[in-house]
Amino acid sequence: MKGQAPSCTVHTPASLVGALEILFAEKGTWRPLAGGTDLMVPFAAGTLPFTRFLNLWGLDELRGIEISPENISLGALTTYADVRSHSLLRAEFPNLVQSARVTGAMAIQNRGTLAGNIANGSPAADTPPSLLAYGAEVQLQSLAGSRWVPYESFHTDYKQTVMLPEELITRIRLPRTTGDTFHFFRKVGTRKAQAISKVCLAAYARAEEGRVAEFRLGMGSVAPVPLRALTTEMLIQGQRLEALDDHSIAEAKQALLEDIRPIDDIRSTASYRRKVSANVLGQLLEAMIERFKRPQIRA
Amino acid sequence: MNPSLHIGHSRIRKEGRAKVTGAAQYTDDVCMSGMLYGATVRSRVARGILKGIEFGEGIPWDEFIIVTAKDVTGDLYVALIEQDQPFLALDRINHPEEPVVLLAHEDRYLLEKARAAVRLIIEPLPPLFDLEESLACREVIWGSDNSFKDILIEQGDVDSVWGAATHIVQGEYKTGAQEQLYIEPNGAIAVAKAEEGVTVWGSLQCPYYVHKALKHLFNLPDEKVRVIQMETGGGFGGKEDYPSLIAGHAALLSLKSGGRPVKIVYDREEDMVATTKRHPSRTRIRSAFDAEGQLLALDIDFALDGGAYLTLTPVVLSRGAIHAGGPYRCPNTRIRARAVATNTPPHGAFRGFGAPQSLFAIERHMNVAAAEMGMDPIALRKQNLLKMGDSTATGQIIKEAIDLPGLLDRALEKLDYTAKQESCRVHNASSSPIKRGVGFASFMHGCGFTGAGESYLASVAGVEGREDGKIHVLAAATEMGQGANTILSQVVAEVLKVPLEYVEVARPDTALVPDSGPTVASRTTMVVGKLVQEAAIGLRQILLQAGFLSEPYAGEAFSNAVKQYLAKNGHLKAYSQYSTPPQIVWDDQNYKGDAYTTFAWACYATEVAVDTRTFEVQVEDFVALQEVGRVLNPTLAEGQIEGGVAQGIGYGLSEQVVWNEGRMANGQMTNYIMATSMDLPRIRVYFEESPYPLGPGGAKGIGELPMDGSAPALLNAIQDALATVTPREIPLTPERLMELVESSNG
Amino acid sequence: MAEKMKLSLNVNGQARTLDVWPMARLLDVIREDLHLTGTKEGCGEGECGACSVILDGKLVNSCLIPAVQAEGGELCTIEGVASEEQLHLVQESFLHCGGAQCGICTPGMVMAAVDLLHRCPQPDEAQIRDGLAGNLCRCTGYVKIVDSVADAAERALQVAKESRS
Ligand SMILES: Cc1cc2nc3c(=O)[nH]c(=O)nc-3n(C[C@H](O)[C@H](O)[C@H](O)COP(=O)(O)OP(=O)(O)OC[C@H]3O[C@@H](n4cnc5c(N)ncnc54)[C@H](O)[C@@H]3O)c2cc1C
Ligand code: FES
Ligand code: FES
Repeated sequence: MKGQAPSCTVHTPASLVGALEILFAEKGTWRPLAGGTDLMVPFAAGTLPFTRFLNLWGLDELRGIEISPENISLGALTTYADVRSHSLLRAEFPNLVQSARVTGAMAIQNRGTLAGNIANGSPAADTPPSLLAYGAEVQLQSLAGSRWVPYESFHTDYKQTVMLPEELITRIRLPRTTGDTFHFFRKVGTRKAQAISKVCLAAYARAEEGRVAEFRLGMGSVAPVPLRALTTEMLIQGQRLEALDDHSIAEAKQALLEDIRPIDDIRSTASYRRKVSANVLGQLLEAMIERFKRPQIRA
Repeated sequence: MNPSLHIGHSRIRKEGRAKVTGAAQYTDDVCMSGMLYGATVRSRVARGILKGIEFGEGIPWDEFIIVTAKDVTGDLYVALIEQDQPFLALDRINHPEEPVVLLAHEDRYLLEKARAAVRLIIEPLPPLFDLEESLACREVIWGSDNSFKDILIEQGDVDSVWGAATHIVQGEYKTGAQEQLYIEPNGAIAVAKAEEGVTVWGSLQCPYYVHKALKHLFNLPDEKVRVIQMETGGGFGGKEDYPSLIAGHAALLSLKSGGRPVKIVYDREEDMVATTKRHPSRTRIRSAFDAEGQLLALDIDFALDGGAYLTLTPVVLSRGAIHAGGPYRCPNTRIRARAVATNTPPHGAFRGFGAPQSLFAIERHMNVAAAEMGMDPIALRKQNLLKMGDSTATGQIIKEAIDLPGLLDRALEKLDYTAKQESCRVHNASSSPIKRGVGFASFMHGCGFTGAGESYLASVAGVEGREDGKIHVLAAATEMGQGANTILSQVVAEVLKVPLEYVEVARPDTALVPDSGPTVASRTTMVVGKLVQEAAIGLRQILLQAGFLSEPYAGEAFSNAVKQYLAKNGHLKAYSQYSTPPQIVWDDQNYKGDAYTTFAWACYATEVAVDTRTFEVQVEDFVALQEVGRVLNPTLAEGQIEGGVAQGIGYGLSEQVVWNEGRMANGQMTNYIMATSMDLPRIRVYFEESPYPLGPGGAKGIGELPMDGSAPALLNAIQDALATVTPREIPLTPERLMELVESSNG
Repeated sequence: MAEKMKLSLNVNGQARTLDVWPMARLLDVIREDLHLTGTKEGCGEGECGACSVILDGKLVNSCLIPAVQAEGGELCTIEGVASEEQLHLVQESFLHCGGAQCGICTPGMVMAAVDLLHRCPQPDEAQIRDGLAGNLCRCTGYVKIVDSVADAAERALQVAKESRS
């Protein structure tokens, strides 16, 4: 236990406004603390460079899953366990539910939050691919007001985000999915649970009038930030369903290699990540083609 | 039909209740008044000369107890086989986790700040990390030639055979380091006072190893050193020799503090990075077969990376060398085995002790050979498996009526091998990206110490009658999960014909129990169990002769007899000492003779599914069939095998130590990949019982056996699944498998 | 240096108030301030589950929770699982099925199993393996642990039937 608890101060605000006030007044000096499942690890290892923590865990304003006809909006403190057990998420956003299921294990899922997962900025985080695939937006709030940021532009570089020091993530919202949809999620981790991703892919597609009307592919662990594979998306999006074949899969796999920039680290190698990303994309597209052979429209 | 009272029954673990309620006391659970916490400052440089130690700003150093090598008045080097490893580095640094400075303080937080504030000035020397470079003496870092031990085992005349052989098959196989990863990290508490001596409580396997090391460190007589084992949360070899260092460190700090208790408990990273791991190995095999597949010659070059100091390496090498020929008859065998130094922390004991390395090589090689010769691997093995009357590489004649081909058949049957192999073929011919395969390995594990080890040890164990009429087992055998408490109690209760509750195992405490040897080498049940059995017979004899007991008797009569005897005589103890069975002969100079009093035999078979998109391997089914003499407690025995197989699966597939300049770079449980409950299949365990006459109740040793066969069985199955690749190195991570597949695709 | 806080929480049914550093790990508070050493530290990084406790009805890794977040909480540790001398069904099953070997993972395993059976009283093997996936065991290969949990579920059903009839 190398974390220096005696040097640390924790402020527990009574309300969201209280939290935003202190962030504004003493800019850049307070570290938000949600479930702690990211922060506590480097803290205990003695490598965390912060000593002042803003404890968000009690802020019920940041909890709750709200449903409107257009969106589903998840409070920043929504945990993986909340996600796993939510029936609408299960029906409309199975990738996100999958992300939650394969995150850590139960005890982590009870504590880890969605906002923490993305604010932490790890390229290996497991909800970002799903959030990217679903076109999520993130609400950032400060005393000055709030703004919605498309999640795909949230991460700017390794562990860097557009969030200002005085801002908090308050909600994450996903446009509801309807129509003839296809969802795919696969995490290739170091093991089946308690695992960090080596490659993670999530895709969302919608077919309409014989075409791939929408196709988004989110990826983790293959670049300094979670990313959308835009080159690959462009190849698939708009394609006529019957034109999708082995050749288009091969092309997409090729294109994917331009989208990603994996590295060697202690968990895997760049070449493995490239190869497996392409292979899993192949699996995804085969499944999609198969799936769209017969329309399935959710009521 | 089970006429025995306890033997063969799944008795509940003696200390089980304390464990399921959390009441069991492990080292870190103990807090003594006035206790200080100790920490170790380590080199971080792989090789160099220590030039100075700087104590940084902002720390109240006068509040700290600080110990360096200069404070050691006794022997600075850990007493084990060779005295080359210092408790604290004096001037030479030989690996990146070399302990240099010890600190103690009552405030754990401040202690960590202080640890980070110590700066070591080390002038670097060129390090050596590679086994082959060390063998080639690219740099001399230990002794005159880096060599810890060089063994030659020869039988027949290997070189005469090559010309006449129909097939010559060669191969090189490698195994990586493996971390024991017991869930309780290493730790010890010590109280040391100039006049009174040293007492240590710790998480440890071998109280008398620590005892010996402390005696030399402090120049004390036997009775002034006391070592007490606390509940121990797993060992697997990892708490065999390293606890001597920790105990020594804690005791040095305590002595300097004037006798305050000092606790040193490693955190996970320190434990993973600084303490011992399984020796990495490289094995080259050249083999000759006749047209039918009879093994004519085996020429094996087995090499281990020992790390920076000799520690237990010669013994590990010895077991590895003796097992290198596998369970096969081969008239001409040469096994050259060498262990050399590198600038990594010393490698040490880990379940199997050299055998998993060399057995991996031979069991892979048999499949490689079968493939090259176009033979079925089952048929090839059956031709060559040892049978009664055959001799092993050391010339040991097998005297037991073993039926290894039958064992193999029965294991394969349990897996439904033939049918599965056929369905795998059919499946693999489809376009599915999942490829399936089956594989197996035949192997053995020598029980007890190698060669003359048991004779040298001349272990003693005993039993003692207590005032409450109960019997205490007196042995230094430690419980660390394997079930020693329960098994020894069962053996004694069986002899005495009393209920199990009448027998307790005394806590291993060198002040109270005799030296029954270290808890290693699958020897506790077979060797120590035998000793306590004999001691119990002696104790019963005493009671019978004294007239307090007459047969037949019931349990209560027995405990009354104990009470009466004690009332009259004050104490009731009986001991037994090991003596080598007369027919066992071993020549340590020439590595000839009976390497072990007996072997446990096994065949493990498995089915795997390989995802060719991600190169992940899923173990679909696993059958572990073994002949281990009599099974004393089925639940405990199964537990041993299941746990060992799980470790073996990790060894084969995922447990990779990533090295960076001689230091483990992935010293976190997040990054060193052992299996979770989701990763493993239900391991199916079967025993064939054929009582071993010299073991208590007919038992042999089983603890290490399950570590040996899993990895080769898995790789054989992967080869079966993929056909085009010939994996020869473990762990076969998905990354490595991908490279193999890519290179085989051209 | 920061200031200690007064931490009030309910521990195994008893109200407790302690002076602790707000960022002290709940694990350390449990072991060192409450002297409940049944909760173990195997990794300090959320991987091994040896430190599992139930906080406000949810299974958590106490090594990842700063004391401040336990304020006002309801904490159940391994010491609170058995009632008086009567072992919990899960503990009995671990004892009878050989679910504990070295025992260091056992308190955490028992907590995870209690939590699982609470959420899912009759789990199948896959659900058991999922429920225990955050608890590493190096001794058992998980077989007997899975069996222990299945056995506890089975006996709980038995008990429920008996009390109904
Ligand atoms: C054993 C273990 C296993 C894990 N497995 C996985 C896994 O499989 N997949 C995965 O993706 N992750 C995994 N994680 C990482 C972690 O659990 C997740 O990233 C989790 O979602 C983090 O959420 P938290 O609330 O615990 O974050 P915290 O640790 O509280 O915070 C993380 C970061 O986010 C910031 N933050 C938190 N909330 C806000 C907010 N509302 N506004 C602004 N900033 C905020 C914090 O300041 C901090 O920088 C694992 C962690 C552990 C310990
Ligand atoms: S100690 Fe908390 S999970 Fe390992
Ligand atoms: S019983 Fe030893 S770690 Fe699980």
